[in-house]
Order: sequence, then C-alpha cells, then structure tokens
Amino acid sequence: MPLLIVSAKAEEVTVKIDNFVFSPQILTIKAGTKVTWVNDDDIPHTVASTTQGLRSKALDTGDSFTFTFTTPGTYKYFCGLHPHMTGSIVVEGATGSNAPQ
Amino acid sequence: MTLQDDGPSRRKVLECMTWAGTGVLWTVAGGVPASLGLIDEAVAQQAKGFTFLQISDSHMGFDKPANPNVKSTLEEAIARVRAVPGSPAFMIHTGDISHLSKPSEFDDADKIISQAKLDVHYVPGEHDLIDEDRGKLYRERYGRGTKGDGYYSFDANGVHFVGLVNVVDLKGGGLGNLGAEQLAWLESDLRGRSASQPVVVFAHIPLWTVYPEWGWGTDDGGQALGYLKRFGSVTVLNGHIHQVMQKVEGNVTFHTARSTAFPQPAPGTAPSPGPMKVADDKLRTLLGTADITFKQNEQRLAIVDTPLKA
Ligand SMILES: [Cu+2]
Repeated sequence: MPLLIVSAKAEEVTVKIDNFVFSPQILTIKAGTKVTWVNDDDIPHTVASTTQGLRSKALDTGDSFTFTFTTPGTYKYFCGLHPHMTGSIVVEGATGSNAPQ
Repeated sequence: MTLQDDGPSRRKVLECMTWAGTGVLWTVAGGVPASLGLIDEAVAQQAKGFTFLQISDSHMGFDKPANPNVKSTLEEAIARVRAVPGSPAFMIHTGDISHLSKPSEFDDADKIISQAKLDVHYVPGEHDLIDEDRGKLYRERYGRGTKGDGYYSFDANGVHFVGLVNVVDLKGGGLGNLGAEQLAWLESDLRGRSASQPVVVFAHIPLWTVYPEWGWGTDDGGQALGYLKRFGSVTVLNGHIHQVMQKVEGNVTFHTARSTAFPQPAPGTAPSPGPMKVADDKLRTLLGTADITFKQNEQRLAIVDTPLKA
C-alpha cells in the first residue's frame, strides 16, 4: 500500500489487549485518530461493535486491527469471543470541544 | 433438595471435589451426586451400565507455553478413551475443537479423535466459529442434520440428549447466549416428553453461572433450565473453563470437564482466565476426559473424570 501524506493533526494511538482487558479501557481521541488494537494475550480476541467497520477478525497473539475514527461520538465495543471484555473510544471534535455523546 | 439415604451432603460433595485430580466416580440419584470412590473401583462399576464419554477443549493449533503440544495430549486422551472397559456408546465433544477455526486444526482433531472409533456428537465452542464466514467450516464438518448454528437432540438408551450452542451472537458486557430461536426449539423439543426420562444437556460455555467476572455463564441459561425443571434427572455437561467443577440444584447436576489442551485458573485466583502455565510434570494431571455411566432402571448417572496422568 503506498504511503499517503497524512495531515499533521492525525494521530495514532494503540489499545493493548492483555490479560483479557482492553487498555486503556476508555480512550479519548480527536476525530481523525487512527486506533490500533494489539493482542498481547495467549488467547485470540476480537474487536466487535455495532458500528459499521468497527469489527475485527480473530486476532491471534501479536495480531492487530486498525480503525480510523472520523466522526465524533462515543463508540462502545467488546470482544466477540469474551464479551465481558468491553471498552469505549470517545471521539471529540477536531477542535476538542463539545463532543456529542 | 431431598437427600437419598445414600446421598451425600453438600459438604461431602465438596470433599469429593478435592479428589478430582485422581478421578472420582459420581453417581446421581434423583439429581444428587454421590461419590462411589476413586477411579479403579469406579471403572469396575461403570462397565455394567450404558456409558458414554465426554472430551472438551482440544484447542488444536494452540502452541503457547501452557502446552506447546496439544496434539500429543489429545492423542493421550484418546488412548485413555480406547482403554475404557465395556463399550462406550459414543463420545460428546463440548467444543473448542480448534483454536482458530483453521481447516488444518479441524483436520488434526478429526485424525486423532477418529482413532477412538466412536460416534462423536459435537457442539461448537467460540474458537470453532472464528473463520471468515463465522462458523461455515464448523457447520460443514459437524453441523449436518443440526438446526441454527448447530443445535440438535437425539435419544440413546432411553436418555434424551440435547446439544446446544451458546457461543454465537454474544452481546457486549454479556455472557454465553442461546437466543430466542434456540430456546423456542428447546421448549418444543422437550414438550410432551415424560418427566421420568433422564435428560442430558451439553453446551460449550457453562449454562449455570460459574463466575460472571470472567464470562463463565450463559445469560439466558436460566430460561433453558426452566424448561428442564419438571424432569426428574437432568445432567448438564459443559467445557470452556478447562477444569472440573460440579454443582447440584434440585434435580439438575451441572458438571464441567477438563480440557485436553491446557488448564485454566480457578475463578478469581489469577488476573485473567488465560491459559495456566504449570510445571511440565503436573500438566497431565490437569487434563483429561470424563466417562459417564447410566445404570439402567435406576436413573443413576456416574461421572468419572480421568486425568491423563494420575
Ligand atoms: Cu473456550
């Protein structure tokens, strides 16, 4: 895949999956941020949600999944295999104020 | 709960649990399990009745330190199965045949398990439905003649067996899930059956709440158990938690089986339910199979847990 010029504002953040926990469990980011989940457990996990596109395939140890959040809002997700594992991504407007809930 | 004359108290049941590592025979009379002794005695007794076996959580493809060779431990478990005296009627596999739903993992499992030369009745674990088509491979291989995502029932030796699927369409923050369609099917499957017919229900995730903090339970399991309440003898067999656990509630006995692949920690004793690394010489005492015997006309069910190495 060719590298595209990314706007200076775009950020990248990692959510670790370890010991059956997403961390950070609640992550607040600016719109346009690219979030990557990395599975550090000995057991596969997934990222699942009702949000279009926010659904990974099974992530084995060391696998990752990336999703770019462009629209402000709160995105709840869970592991499709171990649904007691939950997390959320809070996406604030690019200006960082008045993010809708 | 009413105790039979020969029935144990709950305290006795717990005492028996501590023997589980060496294998214990369990007899169920009216839903109350009684331990009849350690495995040698147990094996001698069980040969008289109708017997079947349970294996679980083979996790073909798992290769982490908790057990880098899950094929050889499954082979050992199947060798134990072949050594069971009498002729067991069939085997039940309570899911997580594979680790990542890969065709090669299912192939490896089939190659080894077929050595038992027994019919095998499967239900899927969550690890068996994570191919790209979400369970297509499982349904092609194991789902023939089943409904929905793979549930079904059959009768053997006067006992009604029901295989359920509680690993599909899981909800965020929730536990295992049967879903409305499957529950409606279960209700109609049981309707009209005599309450004196023993029922064995098997599914991957425990149908009873073992430890919700780790997801060890089924959200709508209570509804399924409601349909089973009127039966005099109900046995619920599960896997998923990779350790032996047993509970009695009225006429219902709940039992979870060991994994043939790797042990998991007891509820709340570790930061997470992930694979438990134990000393190599201890691993085989924590893996194994279960033999289950019905004694004709007595509605008695005995469960023998057999570790790979006593
Ligand atoms: Cu499992």
